[in-house]
Amino acid sequence: MTTTTPPTTGSAANAASGARNYPGYGRPFWQRLLLRREAAIIGLLVVVIVVASATVPHFAAPITYNFLLLDMAPVLLISLPMTLIIITGEIDLSVASAMGLSSSVIGLLTQAHWPFPAAAGVALVVGAVGGAVNGLLVTRVGLPSLAVTIGTLALYRGVAQGLLGTTAVTSFPAFWTDLATSTIPGTLIPSVTIVIAVLAIVFGVLLHFTPFGRGIYAIGLSPDAAVFSGVKIQRTKFILFVLAGLVSALAGIFYTLRFGSARGDNATGLELSVVAAVLLGGVSIFGGRGALPGVLAGALVIGVLASALRLAGITSDVINVITGTLLVLSVILTSFLAWLQRTRLSAGRKRRVTNGPASS
Amino acid sequence: MFQTRHSVRLAGVATLAAAAMLLAGCAASGGSSSGDSGSKNYAITFLPKNLGNAYFDTSDAGGKKAIAEFKGTYAEVGPATAAPDAQVSYINTLTQKQVGAIVLSADDQKAPCSAINQAQKAGVKVVTFDSDTAVGCRDLFINQATADGIAKVEVDMISEQIGDSGEIAILSAAANATNQNAWIDIMKKELAADHPNIKLDDVVYGNDDDQTSFDKTAALLQTYPNLKGIISPTTVGIAAAARYISTSAYKGKVAVTGLGTPNQMKAYVKDGTVKEFALWNPGDLGYLAAYAAKALIDGTITGKEGDSFKAGTLGTFKVGADGTVLLGDPFKYNASNIDQFNF
Repeated sequence: MTTTTPPTTGSAANAASGARNYPGYGRPFWQRLLLRREAAIIGLLVVVIVVASATVPHFAAPITYNFLLLDMAPVLLISLPMTLIIITGEIDLSVASAMGLSSSVIGLLTQAHWPFPAAAGVALVVGAVGGAVNGLLVTRVGLPSLAVTIGTLALYRGVAQGLLGTTAVTSFPAFWTDLATSTIPGTLIPSVTIVIAVLAIVFGVLLHFTPFGRGIYAIGLSPDAAVFSGVKIQRTKFILFVLAGLVSALAGIFYTLRFGSARGDNATGLELSVVAAVLLGGVSIFGGRGALPGVLAGALVIGVLASALRLAGITSDVINVITGTLLVLSVILTSFLAWLQRTRLSAGRKRRVTNGPASS
Repeated sequence: MFQTRHSVRLAGVATLAAAAMLLAGCAASGGSSSGDSGSKNYAITFLPKNLGNAYFDTSDAGGKKAIAEFKGTYAEVGPATAAPDAQVSYINTLTQKQVGAIVLSADDQKAPCSAINQAQKAGVKVVTFDSDTAVGCRDLFINQATADGIAKVEVDMISEQIGDSGEIAILSAAANATNQNAWIDIMKKELAADHPNIKLDDVVYGNDDDQTSFDKTAALLQTYPNLKGIISPTTVGIAAAARYISTSAYKGKVAVTGLGTPNQMKAYVKDGTVKEFALWNPGDLGYLAAYAAKALIDGTITGKEGDSFKAGTLGTFKVGADGTVLLGDPFKYNASNIDQFNF
């Protein structure tokens, strides 16, 4: 500590710390990179994979990752826009219903002998419109997104089941269904991973390296401050809901092709996996905090755990209990760490205040 | 100060890592490997539509019994709720574990097919029971009953219960229910051909709704005072009809029979409202499916039409068209056996 005047009050202590490089980062780059929640989740992912490979028979085989990525692809895809929405402090619970709706639309149009790309295009438009409806109700009408999207969760699912009834459409061109489950030539990595990677980069750049993305954090941290900083809150949220609808429809198309079966009840309940992945990935449900790499790792942790536990012959109920416990733990841990940090910080400040004169 | 903050963060990371170890550790302790019995891989896993379903508990217990008889390894896995894609990850997992066979009641006709094909390529035999996938996607389907068998057993039961003469009515599901309509057509032919003294007064539709079926039963009894029996080829209908009659003056005078489940019908069989009703025996269905899986693993059958195999105490079965094996005539439930069933 190189203060010249001994600080006597709290404000003086702040002024003193201002003197020692306040605008710069408080910690070196490697610490900022590694000592954060996202790093903890990525570390957890690595640990789970290592432990599962060592202890669960058959887990280490490459095919495991093929199945795992195929299983988790819809969650990985939708978690991208969901992360952005939750960082603004909103939520979209209608994503799985939008997938079902997209699936039903493709099924219906395929039944009517539309070429597949055209049917998929219409499904994407329907998804975007569904997202726009959510966005309008949240931004123009000013309703809370939780209420709006619980409503559209039921609405879109109802329409999806109404469109197809109890029938399942299964007559999809083999070219497209094969493409959905195909692998990158020479590897066992599913081709859909490329789509996930491209979208992850697009959403990552959008969130972390553009003014639009900084605005998303600003909205989540303090809407008032965001308004005065020139962030267009309503427009930003509206765009995010449309993106969520669009990506959900895309996930619905993939889902339909992967299973070769278009049904109104496809992907029921998937929204909970998406929200779980986002929260496990270190995004704060109150908005303003989180990063995409953590979310991708969070989704993969859920997938790897489920896959390892299934291979170990553990029933689905227990798998749900474990995933749920992990989620609760991760949320508690965030609050606990924040609390610990706060008490340590204020304790440290007090210490510094009392030690101030002695050290100079 | 920064030092303490680091240690807090590090402690957090360590806690998470420890949690992961714990989870993975518990995964390892619960691990099971594919069982081998002699040279053949008799590790057979049942994959019902969902777990915690009494019907599948019964069928899978039948499978377990059969597998114990030929000293294989029985296991049961499945999703908590039946969803179209829910079984796919389980089929994938079982493929990785290299089980000998999967016995499956499919949640969706098409969704599991690509996973099943992958399993078959890896040498895993796939038998469906109760609910089939698309033909050609699995090796064998164990069919619980045929339309002819169901229609015939219902006509036989009613003629026996009313002394082969008198007026009867049918309380069906929805007016456009495919299965029920097919059965009713066969019943009408059967009645006309073999039971000239039985007169079918009416066919009414309760829409598989408990209250509607209850009301339709009341209406039937008032419209046709000479009615001696009601056939209800649907589990909802037969339970509603029995409930109405058990509390009315018609109890013991008007016979009720059809398709029902033991748990629904136990009370009415015990109080004398219902003498006998039919359904297949899920335990036998699972038992037969397990033996079919064994025959496929042994290579004694391949699933083509005309193949035949032995299924323990149930006898010898033949593979019919489209790789289907028929369990046989529906099973009749009455006061003497109903307590043995819980589904």
